[in-house]
Amino acid sequence: MFKLEARPQPSKAMSFASPLIALALTVGVAALLFVVLGKDPLVGLGAFFVEPLRGVRQLTEVALKATPLILCALGLAVCYRSNVWNIGAEGQFLLGAITAGGLALWVTTSGIHASRWVWTPLILLAGVAGGMAWAAIVALLRDRFNASEILVSLMLVYVAQQLVNYLVFVPWKDPMGFNFPQTKTFDSSTWLEMLVPRSRLHIGFAITLALVGVFWAFLFRSWRGYQLQVGGLAPAAARYAGFSARGALWTSMLISGGMAGLAGAMEAAGPLRQLTPHVSTGYGFTAIIVCFVGRLHPVGIVFSGLLLSMFLIGGELGQSRLGLPNALTGVFQGLLLFLLLACDTLINYRVRWQATRHVAVAKSAAPVTTKASP
Amino acid sequence: MLRLELIKLSKTYPAVKANDQVSLRVKPGEIHAVLGENGAGKSTLMKMIYGAVRPDEGQICWNDKEVQIRNPQEARALGISMVFQHFSLFDTLTAAENVWLGLDKSYTLADVTKRIDQVSKEYGLDVEPMRPVHTLSVGERQRVEIVRALLTKPQLLILDEPTSVLTPQAVEKLFVTLRKLASEGCSILYISHKLDEIRALCHHCTVLRGGKVTGEVDPTKETNASLSRLMIGAEPPQLQHVQARLGDTVLDVRDLSLEKLQHFGMSLAHISFNVRAGEIVGIAGVSGNGQQELMAALSGEDTRAAPDSIRLFGKPIGNQPPARRRREGLHFVPEERLGRGAVPTLPLAANTLLTRDEAVRGGWIRVNEVRALAEKLIANFNVKAGGPDAAAKSLSGGNLQKFIVGREIDSKPKLLIVSQPTWGVDVGAAAQIRGALLKLRDEGCAVLVVSEELDELFEICDRLVVIAQGKVSPSIATSQATIEQIGAWMSGLWTATPEAEHVQA
Repeated sequence: MFKLEARPQPSKAMSFASPLIALALTVGVAALLFVVLGKDPLVGLGAFFVEPLRGVRQLTEVALKATPLILCALGLAVCYRSNVWNIGAEGQFLLGAITAGGLALWVTTSGIHASRWVWTPLILLAGVAGGMAWAAIVALLRDRFNASEILVSLMLVYVAQQLVNYLVFVPWKDPMGFNFPQTKTFDSSTWLEMLVPRSRLHIGFAITLALVGVFWAFLFRSWRGYQLQVGGLAPAAARYAGFSARGALWTSMLISGGMAGLAGAMEAAGPLRQLTPHVSTGYGFTAIIVCFVGRLHPVGIVFSGLLLSMFLIGGELGQSRLGLPNALTGVFQGLLLFLLLACDTLINYRVRWQATRHVAVAKSAAPVTTKASP
Repeated sequence: MLRLELIKLSKTYPAVKANDQVSLRVKPGEIHAVLGENGAGKSTLMKMIYGAVRPDEGQICWNDKEVQIRNPQEARALGISMVFQHFSLFDTLTAAENVWLGLDKSYTLADVTKRIDQVSKEYGLDVEPMRPVHTLSVGERQRVEIVRALLTKPQLLILDEPTSVLTPQAVEKLFVTLRKLASEGCSILYISHKLDEIRALCHHCTVLRGGKVTGEVDPTKETNASLSRLMIGAEPPQLQHVQARLGDTVLDVRDLSLEKLQHFGMSLAHISFNVRAGEIVGIAGVSGNGQQELMAALSGEDTRAAPDSIRLFGKPIGNQPPARRRREGLHFVPEERLGRGAVPTLPLAANTLLTRDEAVRGGWIRVNEVRALAEKLIANFNVKAGGPDAAAKSLSGGNLQKFIVGREIDSKPKLLIVSQPTWGVDVGAAAQIRGALLKLRDEGCAVLVVSEELDELFEICDRLVVIAQGKVSPSIATSQATIEQIGAWMSGLWTATPEAEHVQA
């Protein structure tokens, strides 16, 4: 028997170790799962943890898929630290892809010629605006009618998906596309510049890393970032200090919407270069896990974003090479988050093994003192 | 025969030894005080007697037999009842239903109602069984708790700080009840840090300091000073109270009315009073009579008030947010330290930023300046903390309060409003905080203090007003006020006569 005992102070070491312990446990459970599925656990784990890191091409793919995850998670970290529960980054991502893709499509069809260095900033800004607008709906409904931002942001994901479907099935459908639900391939002047030649990794990854620094400064050095976090940690203290709760709602929603929209724009103008119904493969939802595994900290989010991206690629490899079910990626993501939350208990508590022995000593000691005392 | 004997009880929590070899002997029919500061280990000791906490070492003897009290049910079966400091009543149920909940299931509600009537007549505890609890005053709620405890026919009744929510008159009534109970053979453990009450009521007194017994005395033969020495190891320093040098009116509240926000809140009705530079005005009253609502309206956390119902230096501020009021010199220390006056998980340095934005320039925080400010506050106000990086929640109540009060005083306020300045604060820190408030007043600041401790208000205030049922009484000079009069006003019994206005001059 063991007992959980409150620590006098939260353990700093444990708050760093907890994600690593959770990862180790996830690997352990994963190995077990492979055995149950009748696969060699070493080969299976290799597909998830070794193959994605083998060679430049694989590494650029990890970075490519990590880009939208990190971007969405950066914005979500601001939200969650402000106690605003935006879980609709997926929808804001899709809107960003629509607005950015719409602009790229207009450039493609209108025949206006300009350099890539003109179009790229405009397309990315269009994505930010699209994501912000979608998030603003959530903020407005919360602000005016006190509607739960959790439900509204989630349901707007499905609205956004239907909007994408409508656009690519009807008005924006490529007339030469053999009736496939997809737009024309965008003009090459709207594509994102490549970061690594002969790969799909675009400059969006560099922009993302720069934004990590910006978000760190915003959260830990700016007055606005401080106010937001006080509102999240202790709403009564924020009221006492006079930090506006409405301001925090709007700021954090617009920031996270903007980031998700930016990620959507990069996806559209980066690897896809057209819009299809499958613009997103759940980046906005996976980013929630990235955000928490990364401790809501910009630097932590980079690492967890790369890790979860490895899971995505590993899942594809496992599917194609080992015939593993595609759902396995989702299982691993869920496991990691679940085990992390469990391990986080160790930040505030420690495990004591001698607890039962202790009680036994107290009991056996009692009769001795009775004899001595009368 | 002894009703209860504790032999060398010890209890260690991860960070602190809450009780260290504590022994205690209670005779039948004895009113036994347990005196100690906050954090001296009184609550832990009571929880062990009541079965809520298991001791690490030591024995508990009940009526001369050793017992293991594993949970509160077993304690009640033995005949031990406890009235907690924070009431455990359901607001939406009636008094009788609440009492019924805590009893054996064999009774019917009608039985219980009848028994409540009997017991309350017998002991002079006015309780109307059919009234819903939310309509009861705090004193009435306490009586419900006591009746509930008495229905189990206890041989030992534990009362935890029972008078902190009562008017002086209600305290007298409670004492009559307790003396009658004791005369019938029921032992009473009376936990308190109020020396006068213990001397007036108790037969015997065990003093705790830092988890250890530091004295066992007959309180009727002691003085406040000698008890205080046992409790804190020193006598509290005497405060210097010089003649007030009054300046202009700083805060002028005129006909302030506010509808309550919550169902169980208190609406404010036509409140008028003022505070002048160089004086301390105290607001006395039993908690829950509108203090919270009034403080929120004055601090700016609630901006619904009509603009000119609150004036600061003649400027209407009733609808201004807190930051705007702070810029005009109004600073506020709330009663909740953790979660309102400070963010528990943030370091002290970051907590200075709640009300002090000197270190913010162009939207960016100068981290070094913030740390320097926190270090200065820690040094100047004698805060015991691990430095500017220590989380607010790692400080003791007294030290955090010194930090928060220090943060506001250091900003050179023109009007400082303090709610419950020494609530849950140890005696040394309390004396220091009161001294700091007096010094601020002598420097010409206007100070408004809300407190439930009348002694404190009488000690530091120049004028007093009383809040009851959301209304505020006329003001009276402290030198002309008596405890009895203020006590009567606390029940809402003042007459708004023009004479009262002269008195304040």
